Amino acid sequence: MKIQTILATKGTRVITARARQSLQDVIGLLVQHNIGALVVVDDADKPVGIISERDLIRAVARGDDLARPVSAAMTRAVIFGTPQDDLASVMKTMTEKRFRHLPVMEGDKLVGIVSIGDMVKAQLGQYQGEIETLETQIIGG
Amino acid sequence: MTKLGTESNPLRVAVIGSGPTAFYATDHLFKQVGLAVEVDMFDRVPTPFGLVRGGVAPDHQKIKTVTKAYTQTAAKPRFRFYGNVEFGRHLKLADLKEHYHAILYASGAQTDRRMGIPGEDLQGSHPATEFVAWYNGHPDYRHLQFDLTPERAAVVGIGNVAIDVARILCRTVDELRTTDIADYALEALSKSHVKEVYLLGRRGPAQAAFTPPEIKEVGEMADADVVVLPEEAQLDPLSQAAVASASDRSVLRNVEILQGYAVRKPTGKSRRLTVRFLVSPVELIGDAAGRVVKMRLVKNRLVASETGSLSAKATDQLEELPVGLVFRSVGYRGVPLPDVPFHEKWGVILNEKGRVIDPESKQPFVGQYTAGWIKRGPSGVIGTNKPDAVETVNCMLEDLAQDKLLLPSQPESRCVEDLVRARQPLFFTFADWLKLDEMEVARGQAQGRPRVKFTSVEEMLAALGR
Repeated sequence: MKIQTILATKGTRVITARARQSLQDVIGLLVQHNIGALVVVDDADKPVGIISERDLIRAVARGDDLARPVSAAMTRAVIFGTPQDDLASVMKTMTEKRFRHLPVMEGDKLVGIVSIGDMVKAQLGQYQGEIETLETQIIGG
Repeated sequence: MTKLGTESNPLRVAVIGSGPTAFYATDHLFKQVGLAVEVDMFDRVPTPFGLVRGGVAPDHQKIKTVTKAYTQTAAKPRFRFYGNVEFGRHLKLADLKEHYHAILYASGAQTDRRMGIPGEDLQGSHPATEFVAWYNGHPDYRHLQFDLTPERAAVVGIGNVAIDVARILCRTVDELRTTDIADYALEALSKSHVKEVYLLGRRGPAQAAFTPPEIKEVGEMADADVVVLPEEAQLDPLSQAAVASASDRSVLRNVEILQGYAVRKPTGKSRRLTVRFLVSPVELIGDAAGRVVKMRLVKNRLVASETGSLSAKATDQLEELPVGLVFRSVGYRGVPLPDVPFHEKWGVILNEKGRVIDPESKQPFVGQYTAGWIKRGPSGVIGTNKPDAVETVNCMLEDLAQDKLLLPSQPESRCVEDLVRARQPLFFTFADWLKLDEMEVARGQAQGRPRVKFTSVEEMLAALGR
């Protein structure tokens, strides 16, 4: 299965934050959209980092002022995926490198973000589907 | 008016398409306790079951038994089937909005992706999907002609569809005679000169998209040997690492089977299937008459992306493969439906968990849903469409609970039947299908076959005495 299969059912909206938005703003966006991470973009909409719940917890633990810009707390070394990436390889990399959100680029355009939860759901769907197919064949045949 | 979804005011759902997804969605709707729901299912062709009838290979009858479960769903009193009725032609979105609270698009993926190389449209080069639809007796493809006089054929792609095509080309007439392959296809294939079939994979054995039973099966054909080049069966270090840590055992199983083929000696069978890896066609070359005579291939190597996914990168090594017949099978692709927003590049309806999305506002359209391959793209096995359909129907039920469905002016099944009768008098009901099914099976029994299909609308009408 490809990452595109997951992205296909995630709508066309990609929620992003601007690098100069405050940490408080970002917390608001995560809560509003019920998500765990945001891609941070510059004024030309080019991704410059990612900010996750984990980054925010670290900022709070450090005693950062939540009025500070997101660029102060975001992760800059971001791994990007493409729609053609294989789900199994990506899951393995995310598990090994311990990150939970993968921004996906198609050329130089950010087309979405997939979370480890999305991938587990897709994998579960795949397994359920295989079981379902076998079951109907046994019962039907 | 009483609450929607009750006996006196049932929830009315139109389903476009009648493949596995359409039936899984319908079944999930009917299973809701305390919900009265009517489902009308529409299909462009007269018969139900989509790719189970028109895509699954004729020598894979066991897989087709899933239709028994769908037939049980169709037996529910509040189910109606309208075959030979096309969305956008006989019935438009605006018509459906007058009669239904919700519309579900489950039209699947009927066409294929192109290779995008020079010579792709030469004579003798075909989409695998057309060949599949042809040998399965799909009414829209029965008129196609495939010149099977060349001795060498290439199938580009390495998924289960590519394997199906290669296998059908390698089967003997006696093997095919026991299937429900279309009669005209059996006739044409009995005269086939094809002796040498190549399956061409862009990446290596560890990235092949086929599943173990399919690749195992080609090693057991009556009169065709299977060949894998030993050097191509060997895994590169990147693939080795991927296989070693793979959670999915089927990858390892595929590799084992292929490496087994690499050390097999040909047994002198009259046909040969060669499975190639790490090659991509870059050009098809034709003769003066515009017929394909050979294919130029580039050798690939695998490179890992940041995410660990392995992709094929062309080297500068080229080779030529003389072939007179080419089938491309590099992926199924959805076809846009009239008035429904579509992602051109991915070939799917714009959606969020199955709710169709308005590209302008990026918010869901009220009462419009999608499921299956036209929602997520072609992936998985038949049953994968069940959790997918359930996700979509659950969104529909959430919207029902919040009164966010369509408000039809005539929510009555009688009105729809009148409308269909006016627009397409030659529609087929599920009862018609059951009669056709019975006749097909009876015709098959006489010949020791699972069924002999009706392949044209005229034939079906005549059989029903219409």
